[in-house]
Amino acid sequence: MYSEKVMDHFQNPRNVGEIENASGVGTVGNAKCGDIMRIYLDIDDQGVIRDCKFKTFGCGAAVATSSMATELVKGKTIQEAMEVTNKAVMEALDGLPPVKVHCSLLAEEAIHAALWDYAGKHGIKIEGLEKPKSDIHEGEEDEQEEY
Amino acid sequence: MGKLIYLDNAATTRTSPEVLEAMLPYFTEHYGNASGIYSLGQESKEAITRARGEIAAVLGAKENEIYFTAGGSEADNWALKAAAEAYVGKGKHIITTKIEHHAILHTCAYLEAQGYEVTYLDVDEFGEVKLSELKKAIRPDTILISVMFANNEIGTLQPIKEIGEIAHEHGILFHTDAVQAFGQVPIDVDALHIDMLSSSAHKLHGPKGIGFLYIRKGVKIRSFIHGGAQERKRRAGTENVPGIVGYGKAASIAAASLEERAAKETKLRDYLIERVMKEVPYARLNGHPKKRLPNNANFCFQFVEGESLLIMLDMEGICGSSGSACTSGSLDPSHVLLAIGLPHEIAHGSLRLTLSEETTREDIDDTVEAVKRIVEKLRNMSPLYEDFVKKHQ
Repeated sequence: MYSEKVMDHFQNPRNVGEIENASGVGTVGNAKCGDIMRIYLDIDDQGVIRDCKFKTFGCGAAVATSSMATELVKGKTIQEAMEVTNKAVMEALDGLPPVKVHCSLLAEEAIHAALWDYAGKHGIKIEGLEKPKSDIHEGEEDEQEEY
Repeated sequence: MGKLIYLDNAATTRTSPEVLEAMLPYFTEHYGNASGIYSLGQESKEAITRARGEIAAVLGAKENEIYFTAGGSEADNWALKAAAEAYVGKGKHIITTKIEHHAILHTCAYLEAQGYEVTYLDVDEFGEVKLSELKKAIRPDTILISVMFANNEIGTLQPIKEIGEIAHEHGILFHTDAVQAFGQVPIDVDALHIDMLSSSAHKLHGPKGIGFLYIRKGVKIRSFIHGGAQERKRRAGTENVPGIVGYGKAASIAAASLEERAAKETKLRDYLIERVMKEVPYARLNGHPKKRLPNNANFCFQFVEGESLLIMLDMEGICGSSGSACTSGSLDPSHVLLAIGLPHEIAHGSLRLTLSEETTREDIDDTVEAVKRIVEKLRNMSPLYEDFVKKHQ
């Protein structure tokens, strides 16, 4: 079902974790649909992404696309990171099954959401960046019920 | 990969070597068409009659009440569509449940498009149909009640006898999809008031591509596949003789070993459930704790997504299944888990493990260890778990 690269990034995900006091954090997706991605960015004064970490709740493709997305934006400038599209993530993974393409969209949105957070905190505007579409807080009332 | 631990017996089972051995002569030696009048054909015909008898005996049915089909889905389609057509003079209302297999649910949706009305009964938190709700749903134009014997995902057994009684008190036909239950729990069609019953061989170590519909004598449902006069003119098509022979054998073996096997599987199942519930935090057992198939265990692990869990188990040689959306090809998780009241995000993290007679205690121990490791790994990656931990620090 999955390419070797997807399986590799799923089995050995790169950059799993959190960044304390991150420059920007973005969470996208919805637990109801079964996918949530959170991306942490550490951006220096020159606007270069020094570090990037992720946490993902989701299927194999969701984990692999998060892992690949973090690899692709690490070391890049903000403008370069803006060019990491879902297509770029998919190509880097040697493709995804059609039903999993939405996972790569989620990865793109997660990067944008983290950059949006960064821009908001620093009062800057990033060219081409729009307010993230997905929002984890949709349907929050249902989340994390304990039993 | 080392040894394989196969815990997806509700999906399909390994054809037993005895069944295969019984089938083999009917491919190359006794290959005659059962409709032929020469002795080669008659051998096939006799083999079919023997198998029909073996299956009828397991159900307490008569031989001429067993109609072979290509499997459980065909039997379900046949029962519903043909009953709807045959009894349209009485009415166009059908009662079923929200947790049926898609072979029932999608057939009901098709019938709704044809102008029939279907009531989908709710189930309680354990997946059991509420008899009071069933009684309330009955109308003068109700022609059929179809309730599964045991659920394929969570294993819950329905109060079939009581449902059958209610159906018959009201003069309504009663069909049950027994694909998961046949050969696993004792079934007597008379004692349970069953008019029609669907079943499939590959769920009980028989071959794939063969099933049957039990139709009580006197039930007026017509042919679904038109053509030749096979199956008392009710199901055309040259008989799948090797499949039928295999099913007869599988049914006899299952019936003979039922009690002992059920006791063994129940013990192992309860051991599995006990260990998982004790050793994996934030786990939940789905389905009824006692009134469930002997071989079925179904869990939800909070903050974890089912497909990831399945792939990681597969990497350790363990086969299970999940009701997560990602394994169903849609955005919604299992309709069964939603029907028992689970929120979407928890339903996404389900794991079904279904045992067989061949499952050992060691298999269960290895599986529990793997589940513990994998769930922990996935939780360390899960933003939901991160939020949960922070909230409760």
